[in-house]
Amino acid sequence: MTTHVRHLRGLTIATAVTVTAALILVFFYAPLDAEQGFVQKIFYLHVPLAIVSLIGYCLGGVFAIGYLRTGERVWDMRSYCAIHISLIFSVAGIIAGSIWAKASWGHWWLWSEPTLVSYLIVILLFCTYQPLRFSIEDPERQARYAAVFSVVAGAFVPINFIVVRLSVAYVHPRILNLEGGALPGSMKLTFYISLLGIALLFATLMKYEMAAKEMRIETRRLRRALLGDDAIRPLGRTASPS
Amino acid sequence: MSTAGAVLRKDLLVELRTLETVPAMWLLSVITYVIFHFGLGKDTLHGQLAAGVLTVTLLFAAMLAVNRLFVAEREQGGFDAFLLAPVDRTAMLLAKAAALFIFLAALELVAIPAFALLLAPPSLGGSLPALLLFLLLANLAFAVIGTFVSAIAVHTRARDLIGPIIGLPLLLPALIATARGIGPLLVHNASGSPSAKWLAVLALYDLVNALLAVGLFDFLLEE
Repeated sequence: MTTHVRHLRGLTIATAVTVTAALILVFFYAPLDAEQGFVQKIFYLHVPLAIVSLIGYCLGGVFAIGYLRTGERVWDMRSYCAIHISLIFSVAGIIAGSIWAKASWGHWWLWSEPTLVSYLIVILLFCTYQPLRFSIEDPERQARYAAVFSVVAGAFVPINFIVVRLSVAYVHPRILNLEGGALPGSMKLTFYISLLGIALLFATLMKYEMAAKEMRIETRRLRRALLGDDAIRPLGRTASPS
Repeated sequence: MSTAGAVLRKDLLVELRTLETVPAMWLLSVITYVIFHFGLGKDTLHGQLAAGVLTVTLLFAAMLAVNRLFVAEREQGGFDAFLLAPVDRTAMLLAKAAALFIFLAALELVAIPAFALLLAPPSLGGSLPALLLFLLLANLAFAVIGTFVSAIAVHTRARDLIGPIIGLPLLLPALIATARGIGPLLVHNASGSPSAKWLAVLALYDLVNALLAVGLFDFLLEE
């Protein structure tokens, strides 16, 4: 069978090692924050989730360009899986962010915080990706329209952040500014290892999802070849590439 | 260009003869003002609140036109005819965006005076040129994104549903810029000079979306 998923085992092991290392660093190495205490440690989860999911959305757009240029279904699959995993990561990220905001600023939600607001807008936009796919029955048209949407939405991510940021003053701590931030070295190291761990987790989950989908399609093809077209139920309406 | 002109003429002619979309937009805008009057419990609005009410009202009315933009093409085989014709497909984008822009301008011909009459603070005259400048750029954003979203939504099963849920988040940066930009224009004794920052943001957003739409629209018309 043809598969586009490679190095799955190596990637899984690397992810497990990095995530474990990140957790050890978070709990046993990184110092407690002087003002916020233990709850500050959610920062090592929240910020990497947010960064990785935003990059994942943009990646979805890049893969969609690949689909529009080549017309190969694997690009549609990549775009779908990248956006799917990003959506899961960003919902987790915004919940973690909300908990952190409650602990450090005393509010679950702050409109004066541009990063939160623009993140919410991006999530709201990408939440429409699956309903859009689901409402188009023809698989080829579904893939094409989803790709067009992903390109526009991927370009929307940075623009939206700029516009929302212009409209309010900062309260978020600027962690990743050009000067390297005000973080002490031990926190910075922990943060970068966490970021790497979450990025690897994203890649692994995306590859697993692709592998599962390709396997399902292949199984279906083989069953049809073996048992005949009549023995296989026709595919229902679905939002995922099929 | 002549193709775009022909499609635009057809759309305007259809609208003139049926009077389906624009009068509905007028009615919706006035009724939205009434709802805001009771919802907010205020007789006149000014500043950011007035800007918000105006922007949201125009947005709601615009969504009506966006939903209807491609329905005739879809139901009466206009897409197939257009694809069979040996013409550039971007002409369809141009024509539809121009039609939507004209519908929005027609909407504002009624919605802005109605706003001034019903809700706005007195003595708005000085802010009018700057306000129109913002509306021009906002209409461009509505026209480009609206056409694009409508072309996606018209081929889906739940098109009245998919159009707004995709369109609203995509329009948000333009709405933020419009509302923030016209807010200072709607206060008593406003200086009347527009905020360059928000004009630049709107213009840039228009430009980026226009480029994306031109680049991607062809894919939405393939069969």
